[in-house]
Amino acid sequence: MSGAVKVLTEFLSGLGRSVFFLLQILRVIPASLLRPQLIVRQLYMLGQLSMIIIVISGIFIGMVLALQGYRTLVRFGASESLGVFVALTIIRELGPVVTALLFAGRAGSSLAAELGLMKATDQLSAMEMMAVDPIERVIAPRFIAGLIAMPLLTMIFAVMSIGVAGGHAVGVELLKVDAGSYWSAIRGSVDLGDIRDSLVKASVFGFAVSWIAVYQGYTAAPNAEGVSRATTSTVVVSSLAILALDFMLTAFMFN
Amino acid sequence: MNPTTATKDVPEDVLVRCRGLHFRQGQRVIYNGIDIDIARGKVTAILGPSGTGKTTLLRLIGGQWRPSAGTIEFDGTDVHKLGRKPLYDLRKRMGMLFQNGALLTDLTVFENVAYPLREHAGIPENLVRDIVLMKLQAVGLRGARDLYPEELSGGMARRVALARAISLDPDMVMYDEPFTGQDPISMAVLIKLIRTLNQSLGLTSIIVSHDIKEVLSIADYAYVISGGKVLGQGTADEIRSSESAFVRQFLNGEPDGPIAFHYKAPAYADELMGAKK
Repeated sequence: MSGAVKVLTEFLSGLGRSVFFLLQILRVIPASLLRPQLIVRQLYMLGQLSMIIIVISGIFIGMVLALQGYRTLVRFGASESLGVFVALTIIRELGPVVTALLFAGRAGSSLAAELGLMKATDQLSAMEMMAVDPIERVIAPRFIAGLIAMPLLTMIFAVMSIGVAGGHAVGVELLKVDAGSYWSAIRGSVDLGDIRDSLVKASVFGFAVSWIAVYQGYTAAPNAEGVSRATTSTVVVSSLAILALDFMLTAFMFN
Repeated sequence: MNPTTATKDVPEDVLVRCRGLHFRQGQRVIYNGIDIDIARGKVTAILGPSGTGKTTLLRLIGGQWRPSAGTIEFDGTDVHKLGRKPLYDLRKRMGMLFQNGALLTDLTVFENVAYPLREHAGIPENLVRDIVLMKLQAVGLRGARDLYPEELSGGMARRVALARAISLDPDMVMYDEPFTGQDPISMAVLIKLIRTLNQSLGLTSIIVSHDIKEVLSIADYAYVISGGKVLGQGTADEIRSSESAFVRQFLNGEPDGPIAFHYKAPAYADELMGAKK
């Protein structure tokens, strides 16, 4: 019993510290926005460098969805609905969730490791001693870049999986679903509300992953084990948070 | 003079004054009421075995950590009573050289030294360039300005960090273990630099170290700390001629003495004979 109480106490105190840390970040965001070059650099590091994994994953997931969807739909003579199936699945669910999971694995882990190593090598302390606030100069630009990158990457993922080479390539080119049916079904079923919901999810996931990554990195023990632990925790906690948040957001959006 | 007790010989013109300093990390007591004065314009050494909290003292003086009790005054201002903005203003008057240099790894040598200037000085870029080159010239690394930290040796990284620490012309520079892991040439270069810069720039220097011989060769005054207390203090000669058992053990590098070779443990015979913990 005392063990459970201890775990609960540690969880709550950790949550409290991370919320306090988030408030510190939010406080300095206006000042960080005055240095856009720092944010642009992080957008490159977190967003641009995540593009390859997002694009390739999008293509393959779109192709697999088209194969699986076609197999089921064709039994009911509804193969022309393949576009709707692929598009709604990607836009509403898989787009934001898979992008966020990949983002946590690719960008979140590197963010946590980078911050952990900066701490272990006293770079953050050195900034403090140079009268430069590391939360304003180092943490906030990375946090903001994560927030911006996630919705953009989600849209790229969706375009790659539904259109260019994913669902369209397999559905239309390989399985010979009529291209007009594929795209008109998508136009008829996907409305702006779906895209809005997708972007909302992507933004919430981007917020969660960025927050978890910078917190884990900033509070890492300043040694090799601490950095390793922070990196692992970022991926594990982010993944669980993404799945839990997705359920809550979906339930809310479906009322 | 008895170096373990004298305080009256500390010069009156004091830049940093620590009084009744207590500090603990978790259950571990690091400082148990120490008084230290850092004289203005002098090189003061803080000596002591590893793990005695010498680096902690620098972090306390810089206001990064807060003491459990006691005060630290920098030029008459209580460091730990300052708000964030005045504390940051105060830090602009302090430079700190971290043990491993702590250079920002994504910036070149030039950009590292320019960093504090660009952040705080508010001067045109051509002036920044001139000042950075002057600081790099002072540490002999003007030619290395385009290198990245991973391309530097340990000694070079510390010299760049020293150039960065003095880029804002601070009143005081704190050196955290500047000689650890250095080859004899790098060590001699650093010793010469610390002494020369202290004189030519009118700096106050605090050197935290356990490299006794090197530090005493340039220190005007030294404190020996262990077990949370100041166990000896005085000029380099006074420390060398101290009769304190601890100071002698520390100076001569004796494995056993007031600082025991064995970590605190139950009786050896009892443990070998199977007595439970």
